[in-house]
Amino acid sequence: MKVKLLLNGRERIFSVHANEYLLDTLRNHNILSVKKGCDASTCGVCTVLKDGKPILSCSMLTARCEGANITTVEGLQDEVNKFYEYFGQEGADQCGFCNPATALTVIAMKKHLKDPNPESILSYMVGNLCRCSGYVAQNKAIKKYLEDKS
Amino acid sequence: MKTINKEIRSVDGRGIMLGRPAFTDDLADPSSLVVKVLRSPHAFAKIKRINKSKALKLPGVEMVLTHQDFPRKPFTRAGQGYPEPSPHDKFVLDEYVRYVGDEVLAVVAADEATAIAAMEHIDVEYEVLEPVLNYQQAMDHSSVVHPEEEIHEMFPIGFEPKRNIAAAYGMDFGDLDKAFEASDVIVEETYTTQAQAHVMMEPHSVNARLDIQNRLVIYSSTQTPFHVRRIISQALDIPMHKIRVIKPRVGGGFGGKQAIHGELLVAWVTYKTGKPAKLTYTRKEVFESSYTRHPMTLKIKLGADNEGNLKAIDWYVLSNTGAYGEHALTVFMVAGSKVLPLYNKVDAARFHGHVVYTNHTPAGAYRGYGAIQGNFALESTVDTLCQKLNIDPITFRLKNMILEGETSPVFEIMGEGTEGTAMNMETCKLDYCLERGLELIGWKDKYPRVDLGNGKVKSVGMALAMQGSGIPYIDMGAATIKLNDDGFYNLTVGATDIGQGSDTILAQIAAETLDVDIERVVIYSSDTDLTPFDVGAYASSTTFVSGNAVYRAALNMKDLIVKEAANILDVEPEQIVFGGEIIHVKNSDTKLSMKDLSNRITYNEDQKQLTATSSYYGTKSPPPFMAGFVEIDIDKETGEIEIVDYVSVVDCGVTINPKLAQGQVEGGIVQGLGMAHFEVVKYSEKGQLITNDLLKYKIPTSKDIPKLTTEFAKSHEASGPYGAKSVGEIGIDTPPAALANAVYNALGVRIKDLPITPEKIVMAMQYKNTKEI
Repeated sequence: MKVKLLLNGRERIFSVHANEYLLDTLRNHNILSVKKGCDASTCGVCTVLKDGKPILSCSMLTARCEGANITTVEGLQDEVNKFYEYFGQEGADQCGFCNPATALTVIAMKKHLKDPNPESILSYMVGNLCRCSGYVAQNKAIKKYLEDKS
Repeated sequence: MKTINKEIRSVDGRGIMLGRPAFTDDLADPSSLVVKVLRSPHAFAKIKRINKSKALKLPGVEMVLTHQDFPRKPFTRAGQGYPEPSPHDKFVLDEYVRYVGDEVLAVVAADEATAIAAMEHIDVEYEVLEPVLNYQQAMDHSSVVHPEEEIHEMFPIGFEPKRNIAAAYGMDFGDLDKAFEASDVIVEETYTTQAQAHVMMEPHSVNARLDIQNRLVIYSSTQTPFHVRRIISQALDIPMHKIRVIKPRVGGGFGGKQAIHGELLVAWVTYKTGKPAKLTYTRKEVFESSYTRHPMTLKIKLGADNEGNLKAIDWYVLSNTGAYGEHALTVFMVAGSKVLPLYNKVDAARFHGHVVYTNHTPAGAYRGYGAIQGNFALESTVDTLCQKLNIDPITFRLKNMILEGETSPVFEIMGEGTEGTAMNMETCKLDYCLERGLELIGWKDKYPRVDLGNGKVKSVGMALAMQGSGIPYIDMGAATIKLNDDGFYNLTVGATDIGQGSDTILAQIAAETLDVDIERVVIYSSDTDLTPFDVGAYASSTTFVSGNAVYRAALNMKDLIVKEAANILDVEPEQIVFGGEIIHVKNSDTKLSMKDLSNRITYNEDQKQLTATSSYYGTKSPPPFMAGFVEIDIDKETGEIEIVDYVSVVDCGVTINPKLAQGQVEGGIVQGLGMAHFEVVKYSEKGQLITNDLLKYKIPTSKDIPKLTTEFAKSHEASGPYGAKSVGEIGIDTPPAALANAVYNALGVRIKDLPITPEKIVMAMQYKNTKEI
């Protein structure tokens, strides 16, 4: 079947199987920032933005995305660069496998959370697992990025 | 210092966050055949018959590989130096399957869906055997996990497979009986530690293709590319010169990618078919069919006199290596060798034990590598001993712990499966780490407990730890530096960045030595064709071993440049002052830029390529040390623990990159807290892994993470590059004992079985109350 997406600002038509997940569609079409970590909605590394909201692409059928606006870090380079300024400064980047997904979640959070506080930030981020960093340096970077109103 | 001990950003973090293809699966040939493994549903069985004819008829199925397709040559997947201290007890595929998830056969198809469909068309008939599922009863069990005759040890490691013993070892020094006789107080305790899963975010992945010289090019998410090349060659009888292994960006390893996984199957498929092939583990396969930490039972006896002098340590360890013996001997030995020297003033000590086979997922290398298990036992027992002696545990540690300038006989006796290496502690700031940690955690106001009045108690607990910096006389790392026109450098290293930041800190070491900005040193690592050798990322070796190699190569490059400059400027080399971008002549205005020098020797006069290669192996392994302190609030009724803060004060010498070093420590602390508090690998009664996804196996999330307070002691290890020791593992060691000690300080119950869960605390309190009534 054919599915039309607005992928990173460009209209794209993909030919997919009815049971194909968005994660596989994207990776098969060279959107490689989106990672497969568990294929069971439990780790967060496959996060993409669907109409601006973080979703797990490993459990989202591509067919259900007809007409949707799908954004990955490939389509948000300037904002990711801005977030990375704080992330790199804190030394929060270790293996990086989860970092594109973390960046997307944080960028979406900045739009959606009014008056973020430590509790609401952690609740927003809780689905993005990281096994390397211990989270504390990441959280410092996230806080600074959210405070940056430029 | 321009670059060292400065907050330099990682050289690759931005590109990775921006989503540039970097990881193994990102780099697979899109036309790759997909390799899927059919895995055993039985904990122990012999394959009687495989009917693959129906599967082979499916369109898109390329081949089905069984044990009959491979040379029958035992090897070890451990990924260690050669000859390995692990038994050669594995075949690529075997007629026996030894745990639920073990490899039965491999299906190769045009795509994943076809491969999965084909597996459903394969009939395998098994003779189900009685499995060995309780490691306490494994030794001399009626079932023998490895009955095959061809398996062997590479040198004596106490290998007795007919008794289910993968390895055994014993050592002692001093007169143990006399030392216990001289002790006023003796405590004897038994601890158990669980299997822990690595849960690196990137699943194990490998892909292969043939190049235009008909050579096998393998991309692998490995910690040990050079060992992978050697093991593929040995196991598959493919000449080593036909194999190139490239380690791209790796998404975490923690020891789980030291051993090899799908490489042999994928290499074989591409070598035989000429077609590209790939295999990426599912998360279930990562849990079920890779490795775990070795579960251990540790029986420890300490003796001390009334003045608080520790006199004797007697220690027996039983370790469970699961179905295969990767790292069996060495992880078990490290439980002693990187823990016992903490208390170096004892008159006598003994450390001995066995590592047994069972029909569980194999155990392998995992950050801490035995030291975390040993640390839990020793540092818990030290607190128990202090309680019996009625001596403050801090006072006791200050009196008995190892100090700068001292040594321990253990260093000389115990190595990595062999004898060790005698060494003095040229740097050991453990006393500072301990004192500073007490201040940071607010020990005097919180020890042993403060009743918070809301049903909760606040308490603190602590532990000391040490690790190593590579394996002396075994681990070798090498580096090559090339000068380019325009005066910038390429640095190629075998060292393996798996996310810990080694590419960054090695580039920093070269940049500092060559006195240039880090941007002028372009690093490329871990490609068996293009970079010099390195054992890989394990045993906390990279900063110390590979870092020393880079430092030496950079010094050699500097010498070459000075000679060239002297030649160009027609002066003696002694008159040249090397200033990084600019070269001066002493007492003269004459100068030459590196840009001009490099352009001249590249294009204009006396043309040549300058390269410098150097390598390093340690003649000692200076241990990093740390003191770890945990503050908890614990519910007196439910045993629920809230971790409030974890203070780490670390002596790892000079931190080449303080933020990245902090990341290593904090990442280790959080993995250690996971093991201490809730992570546990569980099996059913039939040996089926229950915790085979991230819902059933919980790792810490950002919500579980307390405040972390991390500091480094001022320390300069003269044998390390710019004073550095390694720092990759030390962070993980203290949380289990520190948490157990904090729980004891809060509630008076001693949990000796990891993880320390509310259930165990409540049960221990009920038992204690029953006894008191």
